Amino acid sequence: MNGDIIAINFPFIVVALLLALGFYTIGFKRNLIKVVIGVEILEGAVNLFLIALGYVKGGYAPIYTLAPKKAVGNMVLPTPQALTLTSIVIGVAVSALMLAFAVNIYRHYGTLDVTKIRRLRG
Amino acid sequence: MMEHLPALMIAVPLFGAFTTPLLKKRYSLASMWAIIITAATLGLSLLLVQEVLSKGIIVYVFGAKNPSLVLPSGYRVPVRIIFEIDAIGAFMALSATLMSFIGALYSYSHVRMESGLEKYYALLLLLEVGILGMVLTGDLFNLFVFLEIAGIAGSALVGFRNYRGEASEAGIKYLIVSAVASLMVLFSIGLLYGQYGNLNIAYLSTQIHFDTVDMIALGLLFVSFAMKCGSVPMHYWVPDAYTEVPAGINPTLLVATYASLYALFRVSFSLFGAITWNMARVGWIMSILGVLTMFIGVTMALVQKDVKRLMSYHAISQTGYMLLGVGVGLTVLNDPAKLSAFGRTAMAGGIFHIINHIIYKSLLLMTAGALFYVTGTRNLNEMGGLARRMPYTTIAFIVGAAAISGIPPFNGFASKFLIYETSYQLNPLLAVIAMVTSVLTLASFVKVFASAFLGPPLEKYNEVREVPKPMVAAMIILAVLCILFGLFPNVVLKNLIYPAVDALLKLAQYQSWGGLA
Repeated sequence: MNGDIIAINFPFIVVALLLALGFYTIGFKRNLIKVVIGVEILEGAVNLFLIALGYVKGGYAPIYTLAPKKAVGNMVLPTPQALTLTSIVIGVAVSALMLAFAVNIYRHYGTLDVTKIRRLRG
Repeated sequence: MMEHLPALMIAVPLFGAFTTPLLKKRYSLASMWAIIITAATLGLSLLLVQEVLSKGIIVYVFGAKNPSLVLPSGYRVPVRIIFEIDAIGAFMALSATLMSFIGALYSYSHVRMESGLEKYYALLLLLEVGILGMVLTGDLFNLFVFLEIAGIAGSALVGFRNYRGEASEAGIKYLIVSAVASLMVLFSIGLLYGQYGNLNIAYLSTQIHFDTVDMIALGLLFVSFAMKCGSVPMHYWVPDAYTEVPAGINPTLLVATYASLYALFRVSFSLFGAITWNMARVGWIMSILGVLTMFIGVTMALVQKDVKRLMSYHAISQTGYMLLGVGVGLTVLNDPAKLSAFGRTAMAGGIFHIINHIIYKSLLLMTAGALFYVTGTRNLNEMGGLARRMPYTTIAFIVGAAAISGIPPFNGFASKFLIYETSYQLNPLLAVIAMVTSVLTLASFVKVFASAFLGPPLEKYNEVREVPKPMVAAMIILAVLCILFGLFPNVVLKNLIYPAVDALLKLAQYQSWGGLA
């Protein structure tokens, strides 16, 4: 029984670990590329969370063509999966833009160290 | 056409955003096109406001007549994409479209010399789409999607002048803040979906019973939206972003910030409005954050030498007034006597201050853009004696500065007076800090006026002329609005602001749309 609880909650434990790792990376890493990776880790954590929420034991994907007999009445409402797909697409746009900014910053400042990229202050 | 108004509000600027890049070779055509599209959207939003005020809440369902899904077992849930527009959503939509139009008009001359203008206008229209979607939607996930659209378009515009490294620095700062904030919003949406199996705000608010998980969701939503509206512990991105963005985008970017403020109000009043837990605590947090925000913002502004940066710190400080006004209202939400005595007026002050601040701060940032346009510098110490050379800009600056300092008869006074009066009744200290902030604001704008416009004419600015006509027109429109809103505050309050406040306060009305009992 005890093992079951761990197995069921395993995805959520991973989500918590990834969230902590992501925030740590954003907060404490000095390389701008690593900060971008930190944002990506956070995004992975949130996507995993949504997918893990949407898992129904014994449920079937709601694809009506060639659905097996057992699937009738057992199909899941695919909202979390749809949310995750949208979030992945948005995430690609965000990371592309962040990396473009990082390239441009490297061109002008000659460094990716976030403690040295500080011309705007005060 | 009238019944499809909510869809058109999104479709028209989106169509504009995707057709603008086709006009790559002729950028004056692209800017004319953007002006036409934003003007059309402004017309649509005026129609929308009229519809909402005369007929009440509009519920628009995409792809069906009825929002609900009935399962064979009789289980009814709303599943489709739903726009639910009440008076405050319509009010925010009106401000967004007005400011996009002003911004497009101003940009016509202001960014003429830059390259890649078709992308600039496409992003401006996308930013408008993002804001409009955020304020019109009735669905939490939709809110997240449009929040991201506004965040991406906004940060791309902040980094628009990519030949300046500082612009990219400000852009990535804004993008990281908005990406983290929206991911946390998505996480709390996931929490709420796991709890109640739905994403519709009105439906969720009837279901919520506020256990620990909901409390975490409320906390995450509150922090993320406070981060994106530039409240104090997370305000560091605001001055960078507002300083580096081209002045024509400033009005729209301001509204994008306040769309997050709107989302914060929507979460506190509608989504979690029905819970029995006393919202007074959240209200006090909001008020104290507001007071801190206004004071820290203004003290940072006093020491600035860069004219746009100085004004950006004032933008932070003014956000504090809105948080204070609405926070006072939220504190007394569960106390009907106090709510009718001063809570409703406090919220009216806060919400009135949103539109007033958008108008005069856009005006001020545009005059700063005009100074940059003619002098090529933003450093106040290098300017001087420009009043004779640029009479219209000077007049616009005086109107804006008087409005932000709360001098009657300009619009800033009307809303600040409501906030002073009501926050005094909650706790006199709040009102005292608000007034001190206002005095400090006046001091720092006197400094700008003296160093940029007054003084002996400098030799290097002998060739300076008044800025081109579209820029002057955009500034004059806003200056006239400043004076009109200040002279006739009762008309605006009665027709726009109080309906918006009541829309926030009357939760039952928000929940009771058709299709779902």
